[in-house]
Amino acid sequence: MGSSSSSMDHIPNAEELMQETGFSAAHLLRLYERFEFLDKDQTGELRPEDFGAIGGLALNPIGDRIISAFFSPGQETVDFPSFVRVLAHFRPNGTNRTRNGTQQEPVNSRTRKLKFAFQLYDQDRDGKISRAELLQVLRAMLGIQVTEEQLQSIAERAIQEADLDRDDAISFDEFKKVQQVSPHPQTPTKETPLHPTEGGR
Amino acid sequence: MTWSTFPVDNLLCRCLGISITVWWTFLFVFIIIPAVFGVSFGMRRFYMRTLLKIFEVTKEPPSSLQQEMQELRGSAGCLRSEPEFEMADIFYFCRRGVESIVDDEVTKCFSAQELESWNLLTRSNYNFRHISLRVTVLWGFGVLVRYGVLLPLRVTLAVTGISLLLVLTTLVGFLPNRELRSFLSEKVHLMCYRICVRALTAIITYHNRENKPQNGGICVANHTTPIDVIILANDGCYSLVGQAHGGLMGMIQRAMVKSSPHIWFERSEVKDRHLVAKRLGDHVADKTKQPILIFPEGTCINNTSVMMFKKGSFEIACTVYPVAIKYDPRFGDAFWNSSKFGMVNYLLRMMSSWAIVCSVWYLPPMNREEGEDAVQFANRVKAAIAAQGGLVDLIWDGGLKRTKVKDAFKEEQQKLYSQVLVGEQDQEDQSGDRQLEEENPEGDRNNQDSSKGQ
Repeated sequence: MGSSSSSMDHIPNAEELMQETGFSAAHLLRLYERFEFLDKDQTGELRPEDFGAIGGLALNPIGDRIISAFFSPGQETVDFPSFVRVLAHFRPNGTNRTRNGTQQEPVNSRTRKLKFAFQLYDQDRDGKISRAELLQVLRAMLGIQVTEEQLQSIAERAIQEADLDRDDAISFDEFKKVQQVSPHPQTPTKETPLHPTEGGR
Repeated sequence: MTWSTFPVDNLLCRCLGISITVWWTFLFVFIIIPAVFGVSFGMRRFYMRTLLKIFEVTKEPPSSLQQEMQELRGSAGCLRSEPEFEMADIFYFCRRGVESIVDDEVTKCFSAQELESWNLLTRSNYNFRHISLRVTVLWGFGVLVRYGVLLPLRVTLAVTGISLLLVLTTLVGFLPNRELRSFLSEKVHLMCYRICVRALTAIITYHNRENKPQNGGICVANHTTPIDVIILANDGCYSLVGQAHGGLMGMIQRAMVKSSPHIWFERSEVKDRHLVAKRLGDHVADKTKQPILIFPEGTCINNTSVMMFKKGSFEIACTVYPVAIKYDPRFGDAFWNSSKFGMVNYLLRMMSSWAIVCSVWYLPPMNREEGEDAVQFANRVKAAIAAQGGLVDLIWDGGLKRTKVKDAFKEEQQKLYSQVLVGEQDQEDQSGDRQLEEENPEGDRNNQDSSKGQ
């Protein structure tokens, strides 16, 4: 593929990033090239507008939520390490390399993936999905295709199922419980595009 | 021993001789002669249709939003399989979103249904996975055909085309009579470019030919590959602008310039903008000279968007004829990533693809308006080209001004998802409520009463 070792030098703290996120060198390089491509102004950081220019994201009903998941609260730009850390959540579970003894939970564990999804709902980061937040997400995913009544009833039912302590909101633990334990990891069943291409015939 | 092998050798030589003769005859009659006269048998279009039919074989059954949701729900451990909202449903959109952040291929501009068929080139299948034995066999056969049959054929044609160009333009250059020279030079150039087009198996559709660039103007086009030149020059004569190279390219450049006025700059002169502008200006002022062909982007772009146009060519006072070139990505990626591949490598890749299919639109001529400076004019032309070719205009589009397109696609996603939840029937209240009742077999009566009450 021609990923020369000199390109890795452009990536700051490549070794640490690889350790932390579990990405291979080839993966990291590919993500770096993608980061540089998205960074049209060559500032070394991405802004929400750079994400907005991605076609596929624009027509995603929850596209703007996904974009804001990359930015820590109060931050307006995201640099390459943060970019990679967020994407690391989506690595398939089965490819975890042996860690060097640290007992820290891997970045792409099931819990971390669930946490990411939880935060897509919980935009104000108060640790609970309120009814209003749930309604917002439902409205985004369904648009004008369902009536207000149907939306309310769907939200109502979802909260009834998940809310065990009856505080009219869904906490992270309740969210986890709703996704009942299963032997399969929460990963896409098709191969993710994070696998580098081989061969160019 | 030598006696026994001799007849075999003789036979072998004969076979070889016959096959080479057949090969050359085929080449001549079906490809070179039509190219010389500008006639087309329509074979390349037939070939294109056949290829598309073959690619259909690789089509996977389209996995709908519904199926993918079920998969995700299954892996999330949700036991119910009835269509109702699950918190895990957000994973579907989340995954699609992150996938587009990580990789935004050209083919993603088609809807998910269409991109399911693979064009049997590993270089264009980023997620190469074993689809089925049948497809892999097809692919292997395709490799044989491409490298064993098509590549030698094309290389022969290319060599023929280029040598003819060299020889004939030099000959024409010796003619004293100016009119005859320009007439013949036009014919010679067109003929050689037609041969080159067949060498690449380029299937080009020209739209709006009434807007073809006229003498004394500048033709601007978006730039994807060096092949753009061949594609445009196939249909008209242009004066090319560029840096003088050495080697084979240099020879071709010097030969071309003998018969028609091209503009080649020495490397040192390229930096001198006034000199460049002066030479271009002189050329367009002379109405007998062909239109100049310029690619204002300055570099090859991957044919999904149009980058900033450099303003130099728009400062010259003359008519600008914009041309939009769009390659069909189903047949392979024509984009030249000059940092990844050298020229020869790139040409070999192009010649071992199936075909290059593209569309060329000639847009109505534009002039610089009063009070418009070069940059604004350049952006206006760029917007016109991007709009015609269906490409993303990267300066105007900073905040996603394609709102119409965006909303339509988003609505489609929402519609699909709502069908999963609420059922495929009409969205009338009765059927909607009935569906909701059926979805609640355990009968959370309080819930139902409250929803009816609303």
